[in-house]
Amino acid sequence: MNPVLTEPTGTTRRRRPRQKASTLSRPAAIGLGVGVTWFSILVLIPLALISFQAAGGGWGVFLETLGNAQTASAIGLTVRQALLVTLVNVVMGTLIAWVLVRDRFWGKRALEIIIDIPFALPTIVAGLVLLSLYGPESPLGVNVANTSHSVFLALLFVTLPFVVRAVEPVLMELEPEVEEAAASLGASTFTTWRRIILPSLAPSIASGATLSFARGISEYGSLVLLSGNLPFESEVASVRIFSYIENDNPAAASAVAVILLTVALAAIVTLNLISQRVTRHG
Amino acid sequence: MASHPTARGQRPTPATHARRALVLGYLFFLVVWPVSLVVTRTFGDGNHLAAALQDPAVVFAVQMTVVVAFWAVVINTVFGVGMSLLIVRYDFWGKSVLNTLLDLPLSVSPVVIGLALLLAYGPRDGYFAPVLDAIDLQVIFSVPGIIMATAFVSLPLVIREVVPVLQEIGTEQEQAARSLGAGGWQTFRRITLPSIRWALVYGVVLSLARSLGEFGAVKIVSGNISQQTQTATLVVEEKYLEFERGAAYATSFLLTLIAVAALVIVTVLRPKEERV
Repeated sequence: MNPVLTEPTGTTRRRRPRQKASTLSRPAAIGLGVGVTWFSILVLIPLALISFQAAGGGWGVFLETLGNAQTASAIGLTVRQALLVTLVNVVMGTLIAWVLVRDRFWGKRALEIIIDIPFALPTIVAGLVLLSLYGPESPLGVNVANTSHSVFLALLFVTLPFVVRAVEPVLMELEPEVEEAAASLGASTFTTWRRIILPSLAPSIASGATLSFARGISEYGSLVLLSGNLPFESEVASVRIFSYIENDNPAAASAVAVILLTVALAAIVTLNLISQRVTRHG
Repeated sequence: MASHPTARGQRPTPATHARRALVLGYLFFLVVWPVSLVVTRTFGDGNHLAAALQDPAVVFAVQMTVVVAFWAVVINTVFGVGMSLLIVRYDFWGKSVLNTLLDLPLSVSPVVIGLALLLAYGPRDGYFAPVLDAIDLQVIFSVPGIIMATAFVSLPLVIREVVPVLQEIGTEQEQAARSLGAGGWQTFRRITLPSIRWALVYGVVLSLARSLGEFGAVKIVSGNISQQTQTATLVVEEKYLEFERGAAYATSFLLTLIAVAALVIVTVLRPKEERV
């Protein structure tokens, strides 16, 4: 990154037509250098070290860790519950967004705050309050503590806002006139939904679902008190990483972490592809 | 033909009421009732909050959390505003990759974040242990590590709020200021900062809420030592497991109060930003 690079005229090197030249001024270039250095110290190098640690043990450690029945079961449970929760979020999130945008009733403003509570509430507190209502001392008489249902419940709580917040702005842009036109031309409610509304909402639902899934597979704090972390029953991948760290086995911890990171990265790339498609068509 | 009955002042149909009831019921059982229990369990049988505030472990942890969150937010605000300006105002090689990577911390498990920092800065076999030894700086099991973990988890929040606003306001005013002879810092302080201030406040409040509540990453890098490296969220877990439920609920109550206050502030600020 050359700070004074402006017009490379007269050079023999051919620039690819789509690549833009750097427009950095000298102070901006210094700022960028400082920023990227800090970002590398804080985020990039530590995360890269996880991959090195996992790769350093060779495929042996990797396969051994994944071959461990308890670890495999934890990863399986995590992915299964995250997918299940994402499915519920796709339906309920879209419905909640619909009610927030199209319905009018007293106290709707409060709903906006309630939707965001899972974002702002510390995860350990989320686990504690869910345990109070759905644990052994439940006033409802429902006790899911220490079962796989508790994982489902905790993930449902922490991922609540993602689909709602992704769908809401798109729904606001959607003109009711188009639906009225469809209806006046004889389209049923179902047809209007399938042909008009759903195609416009699909990209935002997909991006919300991706975020919800990525958050679901990485959740830790809300589960420690609620799920009991029973092997083969309610132990998730993050808890498995944590016990590997406590047992001073960073290679195995890194192997599981690499799988979580890969899935998270895949989710981000998918998200970017979706938003690019939306921009192109929008 | 009633897919949007209340729009344009039409009468609500049974379907509208059904949807509304379903949504309200869902949110009540998933969020409202559980979260309200933190209040009833704190004040239901005696005032656990007053008792908890006499507990030195709780008081220490709350103070620790405030200090850590303060520094994490300061670091992320400076970094976030600088990065946002660079991303929006300049073109450079690798910009889109950097842009994607900046979102990474939101998708990484807190436990993985803790592990990553441990591998890099751990006291015994961390990658940078020799360097840290040489300058006599302890990161892991100490305050710098807790601040780093907290800054890591809330890193993109300011950027995500500021970037769209910067893109929207464009550069015309800044160019005008420049052509009238304003320097770079003056332009930033007089033109850029006022136009992004609500986005910045929003980003800072979100970062603060996230920083105060971090648990998993901090649990790993702090070593979780009572009255030395324990933060408020770690105290909640410890007190609960030690059957000091009152103290656990009281600390949770404080954290919930801050989280809800942050959300209310943000919700109140939002329309103001749109009105201007």
